[in-house]
Amino acid sequence: MINRRILLASVTLGLLVGLGACSKSDKSSGDATSIELTNVSYDPTRELYKAINDAFARKWKADTGQNVTFKMSHGGSGKQSRAIIDGLEADVATLGLAYDIDAIAEKGKLLPATWQASLPENSAPYTSTIVFLVRKGNPKAIKDWGDLVKPGIGVITPNPKTSGGARWNFLAAWAYGRKAGGSEAAAEQFVTKLFANVPVLDSGARGSTTTFAERGIGDVLITWENEAFLAEQELGKGKFEIVVPSISILAEPSVAVVTENAKKHGTEKVADAYLRFLYTPEAQTIIARNFYRPRDPQVAAQFKDKFPSLNLVTIDNDFGGWKKAQTYYFDDGGVFDRVTTKK
Amino acid sequence: MSQRAIVTESRFARGLLIGSALAFLGFFLLLPLVAVFSEALKQGVGTFWDAVKEPDALASIRLTLLIAAISVPLNVVFGIAASWAITKYSFRGKSLLITLIDLPFSVSPVVSGLIFVLLFGAHGWLGPWLSAHDVKIIFAVPGIILATVFITFPFVARELIPLMMEQGKDDEEAAVSLGANGWQTFWHVTLPNIRWGLLYGVLLCNARAMGEFGAVSVVSGHIRGLTNTMPLHVEILYNEYDFVGAFAVASLLAVLALVTLVAKSVLEWRFDYHHGGAGH
Repeated sequence: MINRRILLASVTLGLLVGLGACSKSDKSSGDATSIELTNVSYDPTRELYKAINDAFARKWKADTGQNVTFKMSHGGSGKQSRAIIDGLEADVATLGLAYDIDAIAEKGKLLPATWQASLPENSAPYTSTIVFLVRKGNPKAIKDWGDLVKPGIGVITPNPKTSGGARWNFLAAWAYGRKAGGSEAAAEQFVTKLFANVPVLDSGARGSTTTFAERGIGDVLITWENEAFLAEQELGKGKFEIVVPSISILAEPSVAVVTENAKKHGTEKVADAYLRFLYTPEAQTIIARNFYRPRDPQVAAQFKDKFPSLNLVTIDNDFGGWKKAQTYYFDDGGVFDRVTTKK
Repeated sequence: MSQRAIVTESRFARGLLIGSALAFLGFFLLLPLVAVFSEALKQGVGTFWDAVKEPDALASIRLTLLIAAISVPLNVVFGIAASWAITKYSFRGKSLLITLIDLPFSVSPVVSGLIFVLLFGAHGWLGPWLSAHDVKIIFAVPGIILATVFITFPFVARELIPLMMEQGKDDEEAAVSLGANGWQTFWHVTLPNIRWGLLYGVLLCNARAMGEFGAVSVVSGHIRGLTNTMPLHVEILYNEYDFVGAFAVASLLAVLALVTLVAKSVLEWRFDYHHGGAGH
């Protein structure tokens, strides 16, 4: 009997290890002619990185003669960060906000805590802001944040627990509430009323766009500026309108090489070159064409008609940085939990 | 009351019952199926084929078939072994085993996925050992297979246990008393008795293995062309505003389901033909 049990146990174990071995480093860690890079990104960047990857592959081939291919993964920024911590072997992380990469450094120990200093502009090669998307003709006459808390307005925004974009949305709303009411308490009251108008909390920005645009739920979508432009373009011009509020937040989506994974795959050099490529005029133009605000002043000047200037608060000046904002507003027991249970 | 009055409803009631059953079927089964195909072919067969031939779509099809090809046979073996042990022998912990078999049915697929992340994730119980030996399970094909095997485990066993319970062990005892060994008993006595239940279990198991979303979504990592199964790929395409592509892959999934159904009918027909209609 005991023999049989040992046999069974070892067969099971063998099977598991065998399964594991199948995928054991079948990832070509870069020989002379080709190399593979895994970019784990957040939701609305699908179209952007498709274009960036093509341009970088061409440039890398010309510079080094090596073919670089990309494996992309997209999802809510917080969810993606969690997956990298749990072992999704990203060479580069291009997420919705710095905190999600901080989490990888802190909980996963996969890159140095000082990662933000390793690339220019706080490691955020492009910025965006938070705007509203409304239905054609703006039937509910939504002009500013104040209109979102009126009774009967359906507001669509993703869940700040899983989505980076949703956290920017929340803080932009907070900034308005604080300015309009003059205090933190007024801001909390405003945001509570706002979330009472939210019928669905999707896990990522793209899910919310689909809810609003495809399923036709809600009167206004709070979303990334780039996502609003894209929805307008992809889902038919003239079906939606973009409304720019009086105040919003400067969203800085961060990028970083996940150094431990890159070391393991032998992709440190190409990963670093890939992220630095994002700051070149060529990539900055692609970035602007994909509706992100470019950092490069010349490219920005070229596209200045596309991006209206508005009053922008920043995470560092107005909320004391992401670490503080995350703990205070979004961690369990934080302001967001209080706001959504208080209905 | 005469018997006729009991079995024969009025013409109106019959019409209403049949009509409502057909309307229900049409609305909940046929209409969605038609919708999937019509959306997929909305912009012509050319666009449909382009969406299917796209490398990431092909990779997702290959992965889905691979996963079904591995997890279904495994569950056939596990399922037969478990139901054999449960129905032909009595041992301590038998009811515990029966309860355990039902576990994948009773927990949410998301939880099933998270179990594997907890076990095999970089910070899971076995994570450090696995990464030290460069074995990847989670966010790779083995993790998806494990999750699928877990989710589809009960299908074969749950089909077989009641059937084998009902059949008892008389046939096997007779075979053994006539000098058959264990394997002969299984192959010539037990297997022919359970083949319809087994076939049905395999079918259900296969359908779920190809269609599973929740658990697979948790352990997949969503890397295009690498760890996206067909259901995950459908979601991605849909989220990219590529509705034709999404419905093209979805219609392929539907075709795979229809193929399994046809295969089952053909098998039933062949067996009935050779065995003089012994099946049920």
